[in-house]
Amino acid sequence: MSDANVQSPTARAWQRFKRNRAGWCSAWFLAGFVLLVALWPAFAPYPPDAISDAQFHPPSAAHWFGTDVHGRDLLTRVFYGARISLLVGGVGAGVSLVIGVLWGAVAGYVGGRLDGLMMRIVDVLYALPSIVFVIVLLTALNGILDRFQARGWSGETARGVQLLGLFVGLGAISWLTMARIVRGEVLSLRTRPFVEASRALGAGHARILWLHILPNVVGIVIVYLALTVPAVVLYESFLSYLGLGIQPPQASLGSLIAEGASQINPIRIYWWIIAFPAATLALTLLALNFLGDALRDALDPRSALDQSPVR
Amino acid sequence: MNYLFKRLALLPPLLLVISFLAFVLVRLAPGGPFDRERKPASPEIERALLARYHLDEPVARQYVRFLAGLVRGDFGASLKYRNHTVADIIAQGLPVSLTLGLLAFGFSMGLGIPAGFYGALRRGQWREHGVALLTLLAVCVPSFVVGPVLVMLLAVKWSVFPVALWESPLHVVLPTASLGVYFAGKVARLMREGMIETLRLEFIQTARAKGLSETAVLLRHALRLAVVPVVSYSGPLLADLLTGSFVIENLFQIPGIGVFMVNSSLSRDYPMVVGLVLLYAILLLVLNLIVDLAYHLLDPRVRHE
Repeated sequence: MSDANVQSPTARAWQRFKRNRAGWCSAWFLAGFVLLVALWPAFAPYPPDAISDAQFHPPSAAHWFGTDVHGRDLLTRVFYGARISLLVGGVGAGVSLVIGVLWGAVAGYVGGRLDGLMMRIVDVLYALPSIVFVIVLLTALNGILDRFQARGWSGETARGVQLLGLFVGLGAISWLTMARIVRGEVLSLRTRPFVEASRALGAGHARILWLHILPNVVGIVIVYLALTVPAVVLYESFLSYLGLGIQPPQASLGSLIAEGASQINPIRIYWWIIAFPAATLALTLLALNFLGDALRDALDPRSALDQSPVR
Repeated sequence: MNYLFKRLALLPPLLLVISFLAFVLVRLAPGGPFDRERKPASPEIERALLARYHLDEPVARQYVRFLAGLVRGDFGASLKYRNHTVADIIAQGLPVSLTLGLLAFGFSMGLGIPAGFYGALRRGQWREHGVALLTLLAVCVPSFVVGPVLVMLLAVKWSVFPVALWESPLHVVLPTASLGVYFAGKVARLMREGMIETLRLEFIQTARAKGLSETAVLLRHALRLAVVPVVSYSGPLLADLLTGSFVIENLFQIPGIGVFMVNSSLSRDYPMVVGLVLLYAILLLVLNLIVDLAYHLLDPRVRHE
């Protein structure tokens, strides 16, 4: 067999991924959407918090998604909200990636009693009402920020710290499945002949982990990262819906949906202030889930079982 | 039995750690229970209030006092709802929240298991893709999207169901559905993949080979193993339903305990927060234990390990 005919595992996975139409379309959709919301401030016709007299206008040529209770353009609000939601989802999942991979790799590689201890900790954390702790933590953080703002911190800094709190809080409750999976993989890789060979040649632990073990877990890590992003986006919306996440005048998809829900009344139905943020959230989650499934089928054909990345 | 004993023995120290964390965390947050709208008229009154609830003592001392109360079954008094103890409020709200959670649990299982089962049998047909798409769609609309949309359509526009509150059986429909749809989708996905995996196994072939009817193969042999992933998910599911009800209780103005979790955390009602965190932890730990036991009974492979 000549080398030209042998495909690397990466190339094969890529082939499989491209054949998955739903995943492929979702990837393009997400790329386009991210680009759109990232560049939106540059050509937005209205600033996100420009208040006008045009309250509760239904969708029209001037306001494609209509306007909200303060006469703000909903299209701009939704795009700004999606920006925050996607940012929190991406960075939150990134935080969970770092913690999960480190935790799992160390536990699996060192093994023995440390492994037992570290995995028991994961088991215990699995059984905790983590979202309850995040709620307590975020209310504490919001209180601290209010205090600092009263002492003359700029709103900009406070908002930055707030986002950081969300990233860390959500990442900190989303890394458990990642740690379990990485640990399982590392445990089996550790005893493989090529690792033993490397050890026999005198390679240090850091070198073995970095050069031989971690490259072999990348595939499965990518899969669970892709499934963690929608879960974190969902968590963020949940918290923002409850008024604990993103604080006004900033918005995320969750707080926009909450605003829409608070305007439900028996006299007039302003369907657009809830329909557009909700549809944007659903569409984003749908694409993220499709992408995650496609990546899983491509990179990890063995596991067909759906394991929720966040407890 | 040994396993069960070990798990049970782990509960008390775990709950101790959880209660301590919650106890310290709420007190770290700036602002006290008596600022804002309940600001006392003078510093003297505030001092007297703090002294009455022993909030002027060092935290370690307060914690010991709290533990001593806990031994007597006393969670303390709420600081926001004066004249009510935490145990009172929980006793009033918990049945409502549990009812909502169990109804939504039944809803998601009752809808999800058959849907996933059906989807797995119709492989490669448009019906399979239909089921797969529907379940995926369900996983993309969280309760706080389903809820307002259902209210807007079924309650406000067509007045089929009441808009809010928790009184007659009719009041129960919308909250249950709003909370359950997302999880029904999740259960259906798990069920479908579990079923597909199971049908590939050899014992199914054996069952078919010995001439059992297809119904018997599917219902008596395959279903039992295929449902294992769903069972192992049902612990986290119940937990998610309980926390998910924060939003639903808020939206439908249901007098459960979910509303208190967020509100008491915001208003720094220390005993209330600690009591609720402990309550959720106990519920969750016990539920997980039950699920693990069920899991051991269902899958013979786990049992023999």
